[in-house]
Amino acid sequence: MTGRKAAGREAAAVVLRVDRDRCAGSGMCVLTAPGVFDQDAGDGRVLLLDARPPAGPAATAAREAAGLCPAGAIAVRAAPAPDR
Amino acid sequence: MSQEPVRLPRDRAEDHPLDPPPGLARLREERPLARMRYPDGHVGRLATGHATVRAIAADPRFSSRYELMHYPFPGGPDGPLPPAPPGDMTGMDAPEHTRYRRLLAGRFTVRRMRELTARVERITTDHLDAMERHGPVVDLIEAYAHPVPALMICELLGVPEADREMFTRRAAAVFDAEAPVEEQTAALTRLGEYVHELALAKRKHPTDDVLGELTRTDLTDAELAGVGSFLLAAGLDTTANMIGLGTLALLRHPDQAAALRAEPESADRAVEELLRYLTIAHTGARVALEDVELDGQVIRAGETVTLSLEAANRDPARFPDPDTLDLRRKATGHLAFGHGPHQCLGQQLARVELRVALPALFTRFPTLRSAVPPEEVRLRRNTSVHGVRRLPVTWDEG
Repeated sequence: MTGRKAAGREAAAVVLRVDRDRCAGSGMCVLTAPGVFDQDAGDGRVLLLDARPPAGPAATAAREAAGLCPAGAIAVRAAPAPDR
Repeated sequence: MSQEPVRLPRDRAEDHPLDPPPGLARLREERPLARMRYPDGHVGRLATGHATVRAIAADPRFSSRYELMHYPFPGGPDGPLPPAPPGDMTGMDAPEHTRYRRLLAGRFTVRRMRELTARVERITTDHLDAMERHGPVVDLIEAYAHPVPALMICELLGVPEADREMFTRRAAAVFDAEAPVEEQTAALTRLGEYVHELALAKRKHPTDDVLGELTRTDLTDAELAGVGSFLLAAGLDTTANMIGLGTLALLRHPDQAAALRAEPESADRAVEELLRYLTIAHTGARVALEDVELDGQVIRAGETVTLSLEAANRDPARFPDPDTLDLRRKATGHLAFGHGPHQCLGQQLARVELRVALPALFTRFPTLRSAVPPEEVRLRRNTSVHGVRRLPVTWDEG
């Protein structure tokens, strides 16, 4: 029970927002969460492919990418709980 | 609080040349944001903790402008540095820096750099073939670590095939271990002049490479040539030393080299750990534009803050057992490419080069080993980028 809860907390669904004014185009997000982020081929800045990665590896990677972003251009919040 | 300002520790321990100067670890423990006396007499700061270095590098209240900055190493000017020349975006702040960054970042994306993988494989294979034909003993630096990144720079800048031999020869002079620093600097200047001419030629006959693409932007001739020299200086010495020092680190940890050989798919993680552990571009700097309160201290406006990236990457608060090279650890979050808006533009190219070049070397020569005892391997001393000067290697011919 506890184990399942812990695993659920780590990979909970998230909602993402990117700030393209801040973005420096380092590519850390694409390196870390390739299914969630991409880079503009023109100026290298972030493109959000999936603003609501579901619970699981994609959400975990997105959280990690936000933490690694050198420009602090990725905001993450927990997805609102689904309707019961 | 009013302790004597420290000097920047620079001497590595003779028997631990791959570790940061021991003085840095002591400071990180006792005074992670110490007052530091600069060689020109300025009293600023020295940051050694991972969280502190990371925070300052990303904080817009700190500037990267050279002309505000006191040089942390001996041999600099008597006072602040001269301003950055056109194209040298490392020494600029927004909006000048942002303009260059946006023109360039699209040319160095993860995707575009990965598309160069086959090209890196071709170049590494050619040089490994040459090593094999020559037979042991070979200086790994001259035979492999220098030419591979030099040829990738040629690729990127669009140096014509006919000029590449000349280009790598001049690049070798930049690295020449026996030459005095002035001669190495002169060689880099000559190479910069070549890139300048190349950039102007591409203005007339645009090509498909980075420099060619940049001729179709609003960069002036001086800016375009400056960007070319900047890319050259940033990409030549760094990756070359990472290949050289990375090889030496793996030779000194044969178990880790064996793991890399057995699982080539582990190369991504291995490269991040080597970047963290070696942090060859070991020191950065910023200047406070206003009084900033940090870690319970006030950094005064005008103070230069030296960022010890190598000390930060060995911070036990961030990386458990930090002085152990462990290719299996998750080393992401290291500051080997810096942090903030100036984080290394070419980092994805460096990753592609290292992920190919290091496993390929150890796979081709499973019995690779140093041909000289450890104390005879000549490392760089007190340079702004750490590295190996000569690394004679041998292997069993089969």
